[in-house]
Amino acid sequence: MLQTSCPVLSLTAVAENVFLLVLDAPEIAPLVRPGQFLNVRIDETSDPLLRRPFSVYRTEGNRLELLFNVVGRGTHALAEKRKGDRLDVLGPLGVPFTLDDPGFTTAVLVAGGLGVAPMPITTRELLLKGKAVRTFLGARNKGSLVTTHLVQVEIATDDGSEGLRGTVVDLLERAFASGVPARPKIFACGPHPMLKAVAAFAVRFDIPCEVSMEGPMGCGIGICQGCPVELTNPAKKYALMCKDGPTFDARTIRW
Amino acid sequence: MHAQSGGNLIRTSFRLGPVEFKNRVLVASGTFGYGDECVSAVDVNRLGGIVTKSLSLKPREGNPPPRIVETTGGMLNSIGLANIGVHRFVSEKLPFLRTVDTAVIANIAASTIEEYCAVLEILEGEEGIDAYEINVSCPNVREGGLNFGTSCPMTAEITKQLRGRTRRPLIIKLTPNVTHISEFARAVEDAGADAVSVMNTLIGMALDVRTRKPVLSTVTGGLSGPAVKPVALAKVYETARAVKIPVIGIGGITNGRDAIEFLLAGALAIQVGTANFVDPAAGIKVADEMKAYCAEQGIADMGSLVGALDARTGVSVLDSWL
Ligand SMILES: Cc1cc2nc3c(=O)[nH]c(=O)nc-3n(C[C@H](O)[C@H](O)[C@H](O)COP(=O)(O)OP(=O)(O)OC[C@H]3O[C@@H](n4cnc5c(N)ncnc54)[C@H](O)[C@@H]3O)c2cc1C
Ligand SMILES: Cc1cc2nc3c(=O)[nH]c(=O)nc-3n(C[C@H](O)[C@H](O)[C@H](O)COP(=O)(O)O)c2cc1C
Ligand code: FES
Repeated sequence: MLQTSCPVLSLTAVAENVFLLVLDAPEIAPLVRPGQFLNVRIDETSDPLLRRPFSVYRTEGNRLELLFNVVGRGTHALAEKRKGDRLDVLGPLGVPFTLDDPGFTTAVLVAGGLGVAPMPITTRELLLKGKAVRTFLGARNKGSLVTTHLVQVEIATDDGSEGLRGTVVDLLERAFASGVPARPKIFACGPHPMLKAVAAFAVRFDIPCEVSMEGPMGCGIGICQGCPVELTNPAKKYALMCKDGPTFDARTIRW
Repeated sequence: MHAQSGGNLIRTSFRLGPVEFKNRVLVASGTFGYGDECVSAVDVNRLGGIVTKSLSLKPREGNPPPRIVETTGGMLNSIGLANIGVHRFVSEKLPFLRTVDTAVIANIAASTIEEYCAVLEILEGEEGIDAYEINVSCPNVREGGLNFGTSCPMTAEITKQLRGRTRRPLIIKLTPNVTHISEFARAVEDAGADAVSVMNTLIGMALDVRTRKPVLSTVTGGLSGPAVKPVALAKVYETARAVKIPVIGIGGITNGRDAIEFLLAGALAIQVGTANFVDPAAGIKVADEMKAYCAEQGIADMGSLVGALDARTGVSVLDSWL
């Protein structure tokens, strides 16, 4: 974990309410593993007070890229940043996805909404490892989709403006009905109800599944105990999302 | 310890009984883990001291989520004293803490007086602990969950029982959720405490207007962060005027100016809490800024600032009109 002040290289709107933030982070960028996140201090004032966690979208040399949705005060202020502004960043944080698991040959990436954020860095690493990759994206509508740096993409939208009308789990059901990929493993990121449905889907098809969870965080580095995730393990009731996650084996989570 | 700053030698250290603290900034319980989590980002040796997460006899899982919510200029928490328990602390965390060059204060929480004593007695057998801080903001299971810290006799009794079991400095951490914190400070002073920490979190609450539900799983939680600083400062002022034992100021401190305010109001030293979540190096930055203030003001001994506020005489917290 490092703490550095990173200059903003660019901030661009890439879809409806979705922004791509590129930072110059020579210390952090090379260390990031797919599925890890950063805890970003939006500004030096005490409002908003706490840092905001974001998955790493991509890295390219010293460049660190984040993809974010404007949902509240913090992300609103983040969307106002200009080239040259500096952001205090803690990272890389958390446990990455387990990609070098020899037990699978096809990675099935499943993302809902901004859950797409960790998928490009994950895709690149998977392809380097010689894995096959299939990507299932769910979004509200066509305008909010971000499909760059992904491969073999299938889409579902709530309003049917692109791809299947329905949820990403409906899409998954359909795809698997016409043939289960060879030795698959699911990597999913998105809102809690979607992850819950994907976890149930994985159990039904008996497919290994890792999920990347999100929720409120105080510190992002394991010192506040503010981010419990309930486990099925009777001996250990909670894990910390920031330190033991955000990626978890879906079967270990009490949904 | 003397620190070179701006060409002046500034004395930043202080003593509490036998313990020498290199500077007046400690990190507050529950906001710095067990001291080993931040080592890759923070040089903990530059802190005056580390106060551990509250330790209970058995490990505690803590409360269900959500445990935290940000509020204007602060946050509410209901962690539920999730901790690894005193035994694992001794075997897994203390070996590291013995290697650091800063004071280590073990914070103790419990749900009965016997449990407070049991935890302290286990720690008494261990080297590497410089002092105890007692978190009395805990529900007393014998009294239907009534907080120990809101009962003056209970707070005094815990102090008395623990005093009889240790010669290490004993610091009682008071809760602000009482009418007159100074009465509690006097009671623990009489019961043999070496110092008081002021303050723990203020009870607060947040609602989600869409769902009409409380945001925290426990409905209410503890408010901390910059939002509580004026309250904490007034509590420190009230306490410092009421007792002779030292007061350690806590509440919303994020920079050197905040810390100096607490010293002026009567605190011997301060603790940085929530600010560690925003910046794990906050404690070190506060210490540096305090030193810079002294250099700028030509102050040779930081201790000369303690209680040195220029207040109108005769007006106290207890009797002033609001
Ligand atoms: C590990 C992790 C990775 C994340 N990655 C991304 C990402 O790549 N891109 C992205 O856009 N967002 C991501 N998020 C969510 C992002 O952190 C929140 O959207 C952000 O903190 C909201 O801040 P705000 O000040 O704008 O909203 P607030 O004003 O704080 O809240 C607005 C709304 O967002 C909800 N919210 C607040 N904090 C969080 C949170 N940490 N997680 C989920 N919901 C929250 C609140 O309940 C509220 O409904 C991630 C969260 C986690 C925990
Ligand atoms: C997440 C969190 C956990 C805390 N845990 C403890 C604890 O275990 N024991 C304790 O005595 N105080 C605990 N506190 C209280 C702090 O030590 C401190 O008294 C309080 O937060 C006020 O200081 P601040 O405004 O600088 O944070 C906790 C505070 C927070 C925010
Ligand atoms: S956010 Fe603080 S422990 Fe996870």
